[in-house]
Amino acid sequence: MTNDIIILPLVVHLFFSILLMFLWNKINLQKIVSIVGNAVALVVAIWAFVFVYNNGTHVVESGNWPAPFGIVFVGDMLAVTLVLLTAIAGFAVSIFSAISVIKARLRFGYFSVFHFLLLGLNGAFLTGDIFNLYVWFEIIIISSFVLISIGGERNQLEGAVKYFALNFFASMIFLTALGVLYGLVGTLNMADISLKIAEVENTTLVEISAVLFLVGFGIKSAIFPLYFWLPASYHTPPSAVSAIFAGLLTKVGVYALIRVFTLIYAEDSFLTVLLLTMAIMTIFSGGVGAIIQNNIKKVFMYFIICHIGFMIGGLALFTEVAMAGVIFYLIHDIIIKTNLFLMGGLIYRIKTTTNMKKLGGLYANYPKLSLLMAIPLFSLVGIPPLSGYWPKISLILASFNAEEYWLFGALIFGSLITLIVIAKLWAEVFWKDQPKINFPKKFIYFDQLRLGQKFTFVFPVAFLTFVTLYIGFGAEHIQQLSQRIATELMNNEMYINAVLKR
Amino acid sequence: MEIILAIITGVLYASGIYMILRRSMVKLILGIILLGNGVNLLIFLLGRITKGEPPIIDSAKKVLEGVYADPIPQALILTAIVISFGLQAFAIILVKRTYKVLKTDDLDQLNTTDEDS
Repeated sequence: MTNDIIILPLVVHLFFSILLMFLWNKINLQKIVSIVGNAVALVVAIWAFVFVYNNGTHVVESGNWPAPFGIVFVGDMLAVTLVLLTAIAGFAVSIFSAISVIKARLRFGYFSVFHFLLLGLNGAFLTGDIFNLYVWFEIIIISSFVLISIGGERNQLEGAVKYFALNFFASMIFLTALGVLYGLVGTLNMADISLKIAEVENTTLVEISAVLFLVGFGIKSAIFPLYFWLPASYHTPPSAVSAIFAGLLTKVGVYALIRVFTLIYAEDSFLTVLLLTMAIMTIFSGGVGAIIQNNIKKVFMYFIICHIGFMIGGLALFTEVAMAGVIFYLIHDIIIKTNLFLMGGLIYRIKTTTNMKKLGGLYANYPKLSLLMAIPLFSLVGIPPLSGYWPKISLILASFNAEEYWLFGALIFGSLITLIVIAKLWAEVFWKDQPKINFPKKFIYFDQLRLGQKFTFVFPVAFLTFVTLYIGFGAEHIQQLSQRIATELMNNEMYINAVLKR
Repeated sequence: MEIILAIITGVLYASGIYMILRRSMVKLILGIILLGNGVNLLIFLLGRITKGEPPIIDSAKKVLEGVYADPIPQALILTAIVISFGLQAFAIILVKRTYKVLKTDDLDQLNTTDEDS
């Protein structure tokens, strides 16, 4: 049993998504089954995490085909950490979906597709085969297309068309890069590619495939010149869907970039400059975009872009300190971005709007909830000792040591602009008096919900806030974990030896 | 053979990207289909085209020797075809639904998501 432990998260999600299809019309039962399924997935993810933490990188060969020939699933520290974070975010969002997503959407298999999305994410994190990674990416995007368009509202469909076009295009670029790479090395196993790519004489083609990977994953992770689909689509679906997209879909692009550029492509001055420039521009454009928005969901969207830049910048520095910062930031970011959109959903349920001009007086009416929401917002800014503070130190230190002062400046600018926007948001949404607007009558307000229903809104936010607090106050554990992952990533022989059993 | 395939791949990429850049949503789907086919041909081409050398091990030997046609690109293409077929089917339904709701085929009209709300 323990031999296949790392693929159990996949099996759990596959089982529950199929089970949920059999309960197509029983919506209330679906809610319970989905929450139970995510709880099981969380337990399994913790189990896998502890197993890999104690025993080191674990490899499962599908069909017992030895490594370079068959598809392998590799549970190294980075992969199982991300699987654990996916499980945490998935658990919170499944509870939040129970009441906040309307019945008309749930009737079309929302929960089943949601489990398929989590299956795809887990698969993408665990696979050690680059074509298999493409297949998992396709599972992710096809589930996300369904989730973004389910319900069929006007702006949702508009967002879905843009989202579809650019993500499909990104997949095609990824596949092109994969084809070029296969033509060069003749293998698909990432560890094997890593060994064979050093022997390829045609370095120009290697570089072309690297840039194609950068563009393909860059569209998915929304870095500077390629992010324009994100602000056009992420706020259109219900908050629960936005939350899982914000927390995990862009991060899977970042994960793929980290994996490809640490394992397959060696450090290269051209790529470093390209990545650095893109990271700096991402931070600037995301930050400036966040300032001018009035809708809190759109503000959070631009924050996603801005903070992706932090991680790409750290990846470009390519030192162990920077990599530890990137991993810590990734851990912090997945939890916090999921939580932000859940908070957006909670505010929408209280006030029927997410427009800052129409919001106000939240602190006067809901002091306890406001204090709860303050913690993630302050963590996002990085007020010590909350979770955003620690990775920023590593990143800023690494950029200073590497004498990359543009990135250094951009990191400070990004943090400062986050602070300004959060201060503005806090003043507008929580402190300002409620402006006189006519609230629609035909809407189930937060106050009208029963206690159990209120619980499904508040518990996920509280749960993720608790995780954020742990990341902040237990920073020592997370820092050790990040450093261990960074060491594994920088010395990729460990990964290669584990996969190829040398 | 390679040169013909290379030219066809280039034409498919170019026309696919041109179609994606057009304003009509139907042309967007056509572009996606062309681009998908271009990528499949590219993988086929880059997997080395070998004629008349099936990858079958001789009954007297234990391993494959000499030049043989690599079967993996074909497996990759088959997978990619199936995936892009599913995505194209979804795209057609999505565009049809969008046309019904928005009463327009023009991508430039899809701008309500950028409004301040």
